[in-house]
Amino acid sequence: MAKSLKLVVACSLIHDSPFEVIITNDTMSTIYIDNKPFEVKAGKNLLEACLSLGIDLPYFCWHPALGSVGACRQCAVKVFKDENDTRGRLVMSCMESIKDGLHLSVSDTTAKAFRSQVIEWLMTNHPHDCPVCDEGGSCHLQDMTVMTGHDYRRYHYKKRTYTNQYLGPFIHHEMNRCIQCYRCVRYYHDYAGGKDLNVFAAHNHVYFGREQNGVLQSPFSGNLTEVCPTGVFTDKTLREHYTRKWDLTTAPSVCHHCSLGCNTIAGERYGALRCITNRFNSQVNGYFLCDRGRFGYEFVNSDNRITQPLIRNRAVEAVDETVLMDHLRTLITNNTIIGIGSPRASVESNVALMQLVGKENFYQGISDNLGFIEKRIVEVLQTGVVKTASLNDIQQSDAILVLGEDIWNTAPVMALAVRQGVMHTAAEQALQNRALPAWHDAAVRELVQEEKGFLANCTITTSPLDEISTSVVHAAPDELARIGFAITQHLNASLSPVQLGNDAMTKVAAIAAALQRAKRPVIISGTSCYNEALIRAAFDIAAALKATADEVHIAYVLPECNSMGLAMMGASSFENAVLRVSRNTNVTAILLENDIYRNMPAHIADVFFDKCQQCIVLDSLNNPTTQKADVLIPAATFAEADGTLVNNEGRAQRFYQVFIPANKNIQESWKWLLKLQALKNGTGNGQAHHPEDVLTLCEQLMPQFTGIASVAPPHDFRIHGQSLPRAPHRYSGRTAMLSNLAVSEPKPKQDGDSPFTFTMEGFSGMPPSPLIPFFWSPGWNSIQSVNKYQQEPGGALRNEHAGQLLFQYKQEAAPVYFKDMPEAFVARNEKWLLLPQYYIMGSEELSFYTSGVAELSPDVYIAISEKDAEPLGVVNGSLISIKVFEQTYELPVKIEAALQRGVALMPAGLPGIQVMPWNGYVQLVSVKL
Amino acid sequence: MLSHLRTMWLVFLHLFHKKETIEYPEEKAPLHPRYRGRIVLTTDPDGGERCVGCYLCAVACPVDCIALQATEDEEGRRYPEFFRINFSRCIFCGYCEDACPTYAIQLIPDFEMAEYNRQNLVFEKEDLLINSQGKYPGYNFYRVAGLEAGVKKKGEGVNEEPPVDVHSLLP
Amino acid sequence: MNTTEHILIVFGVLFVLLNIAAGLIWVERRLLALWQDRLGPNRAGPLGIFIVLADTLKLFFKEDWVPPFADKWVFITAPAIVVASVLMSFVIIPFAPGIVVADLNIGIIFFLAMSSLGVYSIVLGGWASNNKYALLGALRGASQMIAYEVFMGLSLMGVVMLSGSFNLGEIVAAQKNLWFVVTQPVGFVVFLIAGIAETHRLPFDIPEAESELIAGYHAEYSGMKFGMFFIGEYLGVTLISAMIVTLFFGGWLGPAFLPPLVWFVIKLFFFIGLFILLRASLPRPRYDQLISYGWKILLPLVLLNVLVTGAIALYLRG
Repeated sequence: MAKSLKLVVACSLIHDSPFEVIITNDTMSTIYIDNKPFEVKAGKNLLEACLSLGIDLPYFCWHPALGSVGACRQCAVKVFKDENDTRGRLVMSCMESIKDGLHLSVSDTTAKAFRSQVIEWLMTNHPHDCPVCDEGGSCHLQDMTVMTGHDYRRYHYKKRTYTNQYLGPFIHHEMNRCIQCYRCVRYYHDYAGGKDLNVFAAHNHVYFGREQNGVLQSPFSGNLTEVCPTGVFTDKTLREHYTRKWDLTTAPSVCHHCSLGCNTIAGERYGALRCITNRFNSQVNGYFLCDRGRFGYEFVNSDNRITQPLIRNRAVEAVDETVLMDHLRTLITNNTIIGIGSPRASVESNVALMQLVGKENFYQGISDNLGFIEKRIVEVLQTGVVKTASLNDIQQSDAILVLGEDIWNTAPVMALAVRQGVMHTAAEQALQNRALPAWHDAAVRELVQEEKGFLANCTITTSPLDEISTSVVHAAPDELARIGFAITQHLNASLSPVQLGNDAMTKVAAIAAALQRAKRPVIISGTSCYNEALIRAAFDIAAALKATADEVHIAYVLPECNSMGLAMMGASSFENAVLRVSRNTNVTAILLENDIYRNMPAHIADVFFDKCQQCIVLDSLNNPTTQKADVLIPAATFAEADGTLVNNEGRAQRFYQVFIPANKNIQESWKWLLKLQALKNGTGNGQAHHPEDVLTLCEQLMPQFTGIASVAPPHDFRIHGQSLPRAPHRYSGRTAMLSNLAVSEPKPKQDGDSPFTFTMEGFSGMPPSPLIPFFWSPGWNSIQSVNKYQQEPGGALRNEHAGQLLFQYKQEAAPVYFKDMPEAFVARNEKWLLLPQYYIMGSEELSFYTSGVAELSPDVYIAISEKDAEPLGVVNGSLISIKVFEQTYELPVKIEAALQRGVALMPAGLPGIQVMPWNGYVQLVSVKL
Repeated sequence: MLSHLRTMWLVFLHLFHKKETIEYPEEKAPLHPRYRGRIVLTTDPDGGERCVGCYLCAVACPVDCIALQATEDEEGRRYPEFFRINFSRCIFCGYCEDACPTYAIQLIPDFEMAEYNRQNLVFEKEDLLINSQGKYPGYNFYRVAGLEAGVKKKGEGVNEEPPVDVHSLLP
Repeated sequence: MNTTEHILIVFGVLFVLLNIAAGLIWVERRLLALWQDRLGPNRAGPLGIFIVLADTLKLFFKEDWVPPFADKWVFITAPAIVVASVLMSFVIIPFAPGIVVADLNIGIIFFLAMSSLGVYSIVLGGWASNNKYALLGALRGASQMIAYEVFMGLSLMGVVMLSGSFNLGEIVAAQKNLWFVVTQPVGFVVFLIAGIAETHRLPFDIPEAESELIAGYHAEYSGMKFGMFFIGEYLGVTLISAMIVTLFFGGWLGPAFLPPLVWFVIKLFFFIGLFILLRASLPRPRYDQLISYGWKILLPLVLLNVLVTGAIALYLRG
């Protein structure tokens, strides 16, 4: 019974809300579960069908992102030949396709007995340590054991034990708890492409771990904690301040550690941020996060936090809010004030600052170079010629070109998505004309073997993505841009040809041909090369592909979480602010959550602070910029603030305050700025504004942000008149948590800026997708309960509103090609083009406060090509001096074969190293010992 | 109607029955060993703290009067960093004791803990810990739990095989 | 009777009545406890008598709370009505020869009128509380009191016919030879039952019924406003007992070795004790049982009683 079905699922709870989705399903089949007919989507397996119908069926080895292998035997159901068959046969529901008219039974006694027996077998060796297991309370094995009814160990023999391994600062290993479902290896090895976790030994004593103790190499290892159905792999950072899932106050959040804006759930207890878990969003991060995003949250709890407003150069510097405000009143009324925005502050904060200082006095706190590139990105995306690529689009693509961006390090989850795109394409090709369902993971892998989909990875140096790439190019950025233009020329012959070497020309032709064949190609580039030509080249390719492909997507990676939001505001760069303060004496600057010394070379920043009459700095952590502040105001981190970020694809997403800090001095930057605004106007107290009011103001001030105010439901959104609770209903200790301070419980904290409460009181059903503070469903305590929130396993959330896209795609917009291309790169004498090498661990400012991230961050080095090393007379490890801005550093040399001659690479963003003249030329001199 | 009158008469006769009232505090009621009174934290046979900070008592508590924070020593043994019971909220239901997987938290036959100042009813770990195994002698959770926490090595616990040799393919 | 004497009587009666009502707190709790094999309040003062003081002080010091959703003035007035109407009824009770506040000719009518006023306190209290339980209690109270007032009045008609007067003093005097309980057993039983219902004491505490209505019409009351209902109930018990004594048990009449007032008080406390025993022993009937019992059994019974008494009275008179 195939028919086309178009369902409009209006959010039944919230009428007249924008949160509704349209699901279009092509083919539906009718199956009979326990003699009741159900309409299910064809092409799925029975387990998926049962779960999507809300039937509780236990499983272990199946995972929506990993497919089925039928290893755990847990999801057994009985399938009948026809409606008259009463005997039936037991099958694993994850391995059985849906057939129209199929009869099955979930509640059949044999099937139930089988399932509970399987659990009983698994539990014969499972240790008696749930009380000290970090998974307890969010454990899939616990849930499934309860679901099948096993409650007593009848097996009297001894339990198997294993020794554990040290797996690095993030993952704790407790192998005794393993139930041999193979999910870890299938995720780590097959899905994420890690090589150092595998299965060892045999029979009933297989072992999941590394060949020897050591740090897990994959930057996606943190997902093991969620993939593992029990407590073999658990979060070590959570272990430092362990809290059960039921005790966390959680809120939907957005990762602040790169520009992708992965959705996360941040959990707090006793005033400290405890953990970050994944928040499923079908368009953005799906099921997985990178380790920086998952573990980089410790800065919120850092001792380096700014806790007290300071007015420097007086007898008593630490002041309270009243004194501060009095001081600021005179400051901002008597002087010209300028504002320096921040790529890591929310749109709200930046807009509040812009409104306070005026549009013409608002500057981006980033360099001219970077600002120019970002402006170009915003420009090309605003043309609407090509769609921006969500991570889901990248996963679904059939050909990917990465042009000049080291996405593995600057946008890790995008690299994971690229890998899925490649694997998915290979599987799709292999499955053509074969009656094999795509969810049949083991069989599909057998069929695919080592085949890969098309990926061209054009970067400065080697990347872990190279090994799954069809075509790899390593060259200087200008050269990469020229390759890009050459590809465009191949796709659109009307453009003028590009002169390249023969080798490169062959690769270009191959890449162009592959892209031309693709139906859903994706072009990826970004800012990390500090090269604007790459942006244009990537755009040209995407624009040219519109002629041949069904859907072309383009993705630009930006440096920070709100770089796109800031760039869209179109303010001028920091250098212009320096000029301004140099010309006018009477200028007071307000710096918003921005360590200028990370974005600008130190000497320029010094000039700025020298010339500035007064500097008001809002930030959450002490850094070189806050040292220069005349007035320092403690700002809230993402966990203590409401705000909106615009990610690299122009998707605005709201993050919510997780907790109100006990220290009342710590407030959201935009709140401080609105208070200043009220001081300046002399009206109101600046308290009456909610995030959506600031966003509405943003829309009024800047039409390019149209739609951003509807990114999430307003602060007074209620369901049946009820707020949404941040804490699950089992939240414990309410009458004892603070009783050491005062035995009478304080009134629960109130949140005027979001629909959430800080307690477990409120609406207990399923909230709309941007407002999901935790995933929980009766009987499903683990993160696997996300199934219950989805339209179908692995599909979009029910009524998903996956953020607000700010760039409108215009089908009819005709591409305008950028024709001016850079000159071919030529190595200079005695001068090297200095480029940044980013690292997942270490290059990002805030995540560095997590000790594990600092531990895994690299030491500073300088990388040059083999051909350059010889004339310089250096070998791997010998010291080389680099002169930058009148300052000389001596650094160890690393020789990288993949580098082009004349290019030098240095790790970027590590603390203690000042900003280098990226994409500029530096002198290198060998240090003679 | 007559049965009503009879009832009234029989009730009236109770005027002359012996009274059940125990005149506390002059006279004390005998308490049974499993009487649910004061809550204590017990120690295991080796003298270590029994509480492993699993939070089950806290979540079982219907009035949410237990708050704790688990932490770990260098050997991986879990214990509560702080453990607080707000006895001004406690209803002595004993659910915490039922939930405790390590016999750490126990209710003992002592109810005389009245205070004039309510704040004095907030008990911290120091006030709760007793140097006794309480009602369940001989039990040490870390001897039966799988993991290694400085009490026994892997495979040396009760009912455990020695650790698997992962280099072996023998059955 | 001169004015000073009169004023002394008024205040004397008021003083004694209020003390009795307050003392009943202790009496009732002690008696209930004894009937339940307990001791009851026995700590404060000799035999625990100071529990009265403690309870009163407690009531005075409790927060006098008017819910924000209540109809404030009605809410405040309702408890005053109950005390006032019951106290007014005592006006006509002859405690002993010469000890009566107002020797009215229409004594019984006045009593009936006053006791019907009492229903206002319940209805208004329940209504003003703006609480569903209170309102339910008030509705139950209203219909219960309306129903039972009918039989209460009718049950007294036999007494009136026999004594030929509505004046309570004369009724007492008419019992010099024979208490009316002997000639009017049906009237007595019905009046007793109706009296319990009028004071909505257990087993007829249907307007309060704490197990169903969590205290009914006074659910929202606290502090001394609740205290008024509380005292009003004990005053009601005393009143009905006093009426029973006066109408059926010869009032102050008794052998001469004790003064008349003592006889009255002894009889009074006997019936108060009976009220408490009823509370100790009988379960509460269902609401519909109570009402149908009233209309279907008591009403015909009492009408029959009036008919028979009338016939006999006519016959005897010749």
